[in-house]
Amino acid sequence: MLHTLSVKQMSEKLHAGEISSVELTQHYLDRISQFDPELNAYVTVTPELALEMAREADERLKNGSAGVLTGIPVAHKDIFCTDGVKTSCSSKMLDNFIAPYDAHVVALLKKAGMPILGKTNMDEFAMGSSSESSYYGPTKNPWDLNAVPGGSSGGAAAVIAANLAPMATGTDTGGSIRQPASFCGITGIKPTYGTVSRFGIIAYASSFDQAGPMTRSAEESAWMLNAMSAFDQRDSTCLEMERPDFAANLGDSLQGLKVGVPAEYFGDGLDPEVEKVVKDAIAEIEKLGATTVPVSLPNKDLAVPSYYVLAPAEASSNLSRYDGVRFGYRCENPADLQDLYKRSRAEGFGAEVKRRIMVGAYALSAGYYDAYYLKAQRLRRMVRDDFTNAFEQCDVIMGPVAPTPAFNIGEKTDDPTSMYLADLYTIPVNLGGFPGMSVPAGFANGRPVGLHIVGPYFSEAKLLNIGHQFQQVTDWHKQTPAQYQ
Amino acid sequence: MSIGKSEVEYISRLAMIDVADDEVEQVSAKLSKVLDLFAQMEAVNTDGVEPMAHPHEVTQRLRTDEVTETDQHEKLQAVAPATAQDMYLVPQVIE
Repeated sequence: MLHTLSVKQMSEKLHAGEISSVELTQHYLDRISQFDPELNAYVTVTPELALEMAREADERLKNGSAGVLTGIPVAHKDIFCTDGVKTSCSSKMLDNFIAPYDAHVVALLKKAGMPILGKTNMDEFAMGSSSESSYYGPTKNPWDLNAVPGGSSGGAAAVIAANLAPMATGTDTGGSIRQPASFCGITGIKPTYGTVSRFGIIAYASSFDQAGPMTRSAEESAWMLNAMSAFDQRDSTCLEMERPDFAANLGDSLQGLKVGVPAEYFGDGLDPEVEKVVKDAIAEIEKLGATTVPVSLPNKDLAVPSYYVLAPAEASSNLSRYDGVRFGYRCENPADLQDLYKRSRAEGFGAEVKRRIMVGAYALSAGYYDAYYLKAQRLRRMVRDDFTNAFEQCDVIMGPVAPTPAFNIGEKTDDPTSMYLADLYTIPVNLGGFPGMSVPAGFANGRPVGLHIVGPYFSEAKLLNIGHQFQQVTDWHKQTPAQYQ
Repeated sequence: MSIGKSEVEYISRLAMIDVADDEVEQVSAKLSKVLDLFAQMEAVNTDGVEPMAHPHEVTQRLRTDEVTETDQHEKLQAVAPATAQDMYLVPQVIE
């Protein structure tokens, strides 16, 4: 029952020589064989690579060069390039793509000695809020196989919830770490934009994309963020600054913490059971010494239209590289170069990706640039300024991660805009580039609900401290669906 | 905002994505819904608000002008659909 141990317990046993990394890794590979066929949370499993890396980790554990995460297996979202391993971004376009290099995050976690179990399923090119748009079929939520796990890092959230990996990487462009973390009852943090290098992460919307850890607990997220965050010259938006020890302040008291509670986050459209879970969680934080203050985020509702102009605009540019020439899918018997481009893209991309590319191209086109793109950029500043003003009155903001618990598979696929509203509370945080976290806080209609904690720039350590203190007095993060215990 | 067949064709050209005739209606309906979402922005007064392109509003960092890349063309071209003599092969455009 190695999968029931916390990462801290695993690490202690590895360092004491009570278990080996090979044994631990094989245990997870066996569970993947047993349970993944029903969940579809992995798109690629890499047993040979995992065991080879586990053997190397065992050598390090013996010779004294091991760190806290050495020997702990990890699953990577299929958006991270992994040298020599298929990296598809869950798209037919990249179904045949073997990455020729490692993403910076992958390289750092390799350096930490974490064996790679495989690549997790996701919404195609990270465009979605349910992990249903994958070329390889939808991932199912371990808490209820009829429900989506959230998206786009739904596979990563599902593998943690079902104990098919102890740690996983995710990316968050409009909420893609926090929303699936909430839907699957795990802990996930999106750091401040620029904290983690985007080098080797397949680009969706470059001024929003940010990688982060997905784990069971805040403590584990802190350790993983320590390992995956470092300055990288190759990403020109990666911040050149000293990273703190994200785990150093986990034991700090919450006495005197000021929690901002925005009235706009508890209005129409919020499921009453979700509201109760979130308010109970905030009350629990108050018991730990925090006080709440009302704050206002008046432009919350402008965030979704703003995001759905800007992110597709960036996507239309980023995804122009998929033209069937140098790598990826190429259509059969193209008549000429134009036909090669247009048919390769039409046949290689799924419906949601094509829609966002077209929307983005339209928003950037002559005649619409000012009305859509520049307008959305102005709204982006207004949304960001709302947060900046609120943080003058409070240390962090708390509220719901999503308006509902996980919805059913197929429930929103016919209406793109209803799907977009699943990220109503998370998108504003990405517009500003702030750090945000989801911590398991209870259940609504039998499905998990997360507490959303958002802080000013570079407050990740504080968010993780709050999450850890909350997890000292609650056990929501320790709960596992019965069939995966 | 409802968009018609000619606009779908225009967007298809901009995006370099083929849209088959039997897909036009569905593509048009779904794009129209997304553009309806954008209409919410029109009512907001943004006079005097500076556009914000990036969360940190910093200037791009430049690296020193030194050659750092090594020749990896064999590794990089290994994933190409078609190559010959170290070049990518594409359909002939000019007869």
